Formats: sequence, structure tokens, C-alpha cells
Amino acid sequence: MRDVETDAGAPPRPARVALFTSCMADLAAGGPARATVEVLAAMGVTVELPRGQTCCGQPALNSGHPAEAGTLLDRWLRIFAPYDAVVTPSGSCAAYLHHHLGRLRAPAPEHRALVERTYEFSQFVMAYGSGLRLRLRGSVTYHDSCHMARTLGERRTPRQLLGRIEGLEVREMAGCDTCCGFGGTFAAKFPDVSVAMADTKLGTAAAGGADWLVAADPGCLLHLGGRARQAGPPVRTRHLAELVRDALVPAEVPA
Amino acid sequence: MSEHRRDGTRTAGQRSSALAGRERLHPDRPEWAAGDIPPHRRPLPLITRDALTVRTARPTHDRLAALNEERHVGTWTPEVARLREQGAAIRRETLPDLEKYLAQLTGNVERNGGVVHRAATPAEARAVIERIARENGVRLAVKSKSMATEEIHLNAHLTAQGIEVVETDLGEYIVQLADERPSHIVGPALHKSRQDVADLFGQLAGDEVSGEPEDLASFARTRLRADFKAADMGISGVNFAAADTGTLALVTNEGNADMVTSQPRVHVAVMTVEKVIPRFADLGVLIPLLCDAATKQRVSVYQTLLNGPRREGETDGPEQLHLVILDNGRTKALGTPQEEVLACIRCGNCQISCPVYRTVGGGHPYSAVYGGPIGAVLSPLLGERPNQDSDLPFLSSLCGACYDACPVKIPIPDLLVNLRAAHERRQPAARTARAGWRAWALAWRTETGFRATMAGARLAGRLLPDGVLARLPGPGRGWARGRALPPLREAGAFRRWFRRQEESRDRDRRQG
Ligand code: SF4
Repeated sequence: MRDVETDAGAPPRPARVALFTSCMADLAAGGPARATVEVLAAMGVTVELPRGQTCCGQPALNSGHPAEAGTLLDRWLRIFAPYDAVVTPSGSCAAYLHHHLGRLRAPAPEHRALVERTYEFSQFVMAYGSGLRLRLRGSVTYHDSCHMARTLGERRTPRQLLGRIEGLEVREMAGCDTCCGFGGTFAAKFPDVSVAMADTKLGTAAAGGADWLVAADPGCLLHLGGRARQAGPPVRTRHLAELVRDALVPAEVPA
Repeated sequence: MSEHRRDGTRTAGQRSSALAGRERLHPDRPEWAAGDIPPHRRPLPLITRDALTVRTARPTHDRLAALNEERHVGTWTPEVARLREQGAAIRRETLPDLEKYLAQLTGNVERNGGVVHRAATPAEARAVIERIARENGVRLAVKSKSMATEEIHLNAHLTAQGIEVVETDLGEYIVQLADERPSHIVGPALHKSRQDVADLFGQLAGDEVSGEPEDLASFARTRLRADFKAADMGISGVNFAAADTGTLALVTNEGNADMVTSQPRVHVAVMTVEKVIPRFADLGVLIPLLCDAATKQRVSVYQTLLNGPRREGETDGPEQLHLVILDNGRTKALGTPQEEVLACIRCGNCQISCPVYRTVGGGHPYSAVYGGPIGAVLSPLLGERPNQDSDLPFLSSLCGACYDACPVKIPIPDLLVNLRAAHERRQPAARTARAGWRAWALAWRTETGFRATMAGARLAGRLLPDGVLARLPGPGRGWARGRALPPLREAGAFRRWFRRQEESRDRDRRQG
């Protein structure tokens, strides 16, 4: 990693940063990816979008097709290798890369290193974005996405990031880390169970009275938002990156 | 047992007092909750859809969710976290050489005066137990809860031989009366409310029974007491069997295991191969760990440690002690990544932590003896028809709560993923799905292929109304059941936005 302007006390900021959008963002939910680019831009980080990126293979592995997952994982490793850091708005893709690299492949040290410098959105912002000023009035409740909370072990960082937004009230809900029922193909394979789980989640979120349910995984949000719009409890959903983008306070331009 | 109730011949030969009045019971439960699992299991998706509409599903969900919150399933105090590490290691110590430990156990049980039987299949285990019963003229057997005997459908078998079997664990007694299988490993009847139980007991007694917990317990106690005295045989499970001393350890809260193993003339303990532990001293780690995970107790009310049948001069204990060691497909898993499942200590914590298990209202809809996360990994390895439950590992959102909850750190989500792959490899019906995924990977390993997918999605999103999209074959159909479809006409929009940003940045740079 090369050293560019660095926040005081923070690790050196990577120079070439790639965005891993996740296939879901490309196909069905581009908002979080766009917000990620905008927040990183406000941090002074120029993001590159590697053209050839498609998917990390997570859906295939979870559906019982490790060979196909491996094919796409190899491709992912090749495409992102040249970058000093990779940032993704998808908590579960980040978790998948960290956890399953060693399960699907006997990874070379450089592949391990690449995955080590792959950040979920809030991790990158907390590591390098101390200069950001964030302000937003309202209240949110944070939904811990399963893979991000349990596989990546990331529960604190997104909350710290929310805590940095002036004027924002964070109301924890009961069972904040209970699965929302998305689970990739699970959502389509067992729609009734999956929807019942979404209703439970949306119900607890609604009971807390927060303005927004915030999460750091496009999958959960597609599912929860889709359910809320269709028939579930009327809860508004937002990706953490979008919320942070909304909270950006333009830096004052020195005269 | 159900056949006997149906043909109505039981009352005449009734010997059990606990079961007296059984002909008055009219269980209302879905077929897939039955004590004997129908061999023609319906496909899994149907079962789960039905499960959600069963009257008890929602209240059970709420109860389990509250329990999950209350117990902070998956958070371990520092002391228990230490035990967990130790326990996890102990449970894996035997796996590389299970036979050695079983041989040591066998030697020590025999030295203590017990008789050891090995059974590779449920049929063999049933035959052994039936033979012991016949040789001893057994007409009534009392049982302390044992999942191993559920696994071999022992009750149905013995009942068909004219031997009455009474479950003496309160929860197990309740589900026996209701002609259901246990819906949770530790709390077999936790899907039933107090009122359900009062109704059931009321039907049995032919009279009203109060729904107060004390009254319900004393109703069962009174009825069971006579059976403990009258029974010719006691059947129990085994929580742990110490190889170095031949001690069988049983953990209960009601003390019924003490009665079952000491009152009747003959005691048959049924254990599965993986229950052997290296040392007696390991109980000091495993019992507190089990109790904490299963019920958040430091220790259960009763720990029964058995070292053989009654000896000269002893006041109680059976004349004979038989230990049946059942394999039922388990040793096949040794040496594979799936062997991890043999570390399980049957605490049921993974079940309580599992949001899918909670949502479907407990273990019945899995239509297997073991429900929930542990059932989904264990069931496909078991049985006289192995792999019959190989679709169970799909009934999980892979959220990982079970791994956090497991006191011996079994990586259940990884095992589920492995088993999904095994299922997909094996199933001829999955061939189309496999071809689909192969085509998918082939397309998405090129940029052109991925672009084509985005373009296709965009086109479909533009041309087809949501109603039509939702009816197309593929995952969209399942998704559309209850959820709004994502705006597919915007597929690829992010990339186009990004390029425009880049271009304008480049322009600015050139001009500036
Ligand atoms: S898998 Fe773990 S949590 Fe589940 S029953 Fe077994 S020991 Fe308990």
C-alpha cells in the first residue's frame, strides 16, 4: 500500500481503491454502490471501477455449487489484484471473501493479502474517513446482517459510523442480529418462511419507532424493502452508505 | 404405538397406569408431526408452507424468540467461554480413533458387570432390545428420554411386540400422549402451551385438569409413579460414557432417569457411538457446559452416574445392565469434514437460536427425528435410507446463529453448505439446476456475459409488467410471493452513472 495523505494517527491511506459493487447492486440495487462512491469522493478518495467484475461466487456456493463459485472467485481475485484496497457496500460479499477463500481454494499468500485489504463500506470509512463531517436529523435502527455480524465479526464499526452522524438518534431494536430471512436463494426457495421472518424483523423495527431501518447489505435491504412495500409493516429501509451520503456536510472551501 | 391406538385393542391389555385412558385421546396434529414419520415424506417446501399455518406455529415462535433473547443464546460468560474451548477439544479427542475409545469403554462396562451390544443399524438395535425384553418376560417398560431411541423408532417397535412403553420425562410423556415426535431435543413439548397440555391430560383423565404447572406436573407424577414400580425394564439414553471407567452419565431435571435406571429389573441404555468421552474427569467440563447451553443452568438437578448393575449388598439398581451402542451411519462421517457433527452434545441450543426453526414453530416440519440446524446436518447422515433427508440443509438462511450458540463450536453453516453441494451432486432431479448454475458461471466469467445479463434484465424490466415477471419460471417466482420485485429496468444503471462521472471528471481535468 502506498502512502498518500493520511489522517492523523490512521494507517496510510491506500492510493488505488477499487469498488466491488456486487452483482446484486449491478442488477437490482445500484443505490448503495453509488452512495459508496460519493462518500469516498468526499473523503478525497478516487474510486476505480474494474470493468470486468461480475460476481464473487457467493450465490453459487450457498446453493451447493462450489465449483462454479470457485470459477468466479478466481476471476474476482484476478480482477482486483492490482488495487491497494477494495471497498464493497455488500457486507455479505466481504464476509464471503474473508471466510470462504480458504474453504474453496488453497489460497496463495497474495490472495490472502488481497482479501485482507478488502473492506466493507463502514470499515473503510471508519479507517480513513475521520475528516468527514456528518450531520442528519432523524432516528434509525440498525439491522445486523448475519454474514457481516457473524462471519466478518463486524458489529461495532457500522454503529460507530452511525454514532458519528450529528443529530442522528440510534435506537437499537430487539433481536437486531436476528436473520431477516433473506439468505440468498433461501428467499426464493422458501418464500413463506422467508417472508414470515421479514415480517418479524420489520415488526420489531416498526415497534421501535425509528424513521429508518438501516443495514449494510443490499441483499437484506432488497428483501426487507420489497416486503415492506408489498404487504409488510410500513418501515422505510436504507443502506448505511446512502444514509452516510445523505449526511455529508460539504467541506468548507478555503477562500 | 399409533396402530395400537387406532385398532382399539390396547385397553384390554393395559398395564401402564400412566397411559390409562389413552383411547379417549384424539390428537390433532398435522400428519408430519406424527410419532412415526410417514415414509412418504412430502417435499420440503410443502411441509414448511403448511407448517406456518399450523395453529401453534406463531405462539411457539414467540415463545422461542423470547427464550432466545432471555438466554442470550450465543453469548458466553468468560467462565463458560473457557469451558466451551475445553469442551470443544474434548469432544474431538475421540474422533480420530473412535474404535479405540469404544473398545476401552466396552471393556470397562463389562468389568463393571454390564453387557455391551453393538448395533450398526436401527433394525439391529431394535432386535437386540427386543431380545433382551423377551428373555426377561418384559410387559411394561419405562423410558427416560433418549433421542437415540427416537432415532430407531423403538416405542413403535416394542408396542407392536405387545410391550407397553411409557415415556417418563414430562415433555416426552406429553408428546407420547399426543402421538407426536419431540419437537426439540431438550424440550420435546415446548411447542405446546400449558392449556394444550391441560386439555390433553383432561382428555386422558376424562375430567377437567387445571392448567397450573404444579398441577400438571403432579398429574403426570402420580400416574407415572405406579409405572416405575410395575415396570420390568427401564430404557434410557446416555449423555456421556466415560471410556476410562465405563461410567454412563445421564443428566435430567426431573430425576426420572434415576427411577428408570434403578427400579426395574433390567436396564437398557442406548447410546450412539459418538457419546464416548475419554475420561471420567471430562464430565467436570461437559456437564456444566451442557447444562449452560441447554437450559442456562449451572448444573442440572440430577446427574445420574452408573457403574454397572446392582452388586451384592447394594440396596437398589437393576439386576442386569445392557449397553447398546448404535452406529446408524455415523462412523461413515469419520475422516470427512462432516465428522464435526459427531462432537454434538445434544443441548438444543442451536435450535433455539435458529430463526427458521423458530418461525416454522419447532422441529416437526423438518419431518425428521432431529429438527433445526443440528437435524439438518445430522439427518442426511443417518438412517436405514441414508440421504433421504439430504434436502434439509437447504432449509436454512445460513445466518450462522447456530454456530454462535453451539457449546462445542460445530461450524454448522459450513457443514450445511457442504451438504448442499453433496445433495446437488447426487440428485438426478437437481441436474437441471446444476446445468443452470454451470451456464451462469460460464456467462459471468466474461464481461460480455455479465453485460448480456444486465441488458436482459433491463429489457425484461421494461417490457414485462411485474405481474408477468413474477410468473416466469426461476427464482423470481418465489421472490414475488410476498415481496415487491426490484426495479429491473434499472439494471446496469450504476455502471452507466459511474462512467458518466468518470468522463466528466476527465473533462474537468483536461480543461482545468
Ligand atoms: S450442534 Fe451444538 S448447539 Fe446444536 S445440539 Fe449439538 S451441541 Fe448443541
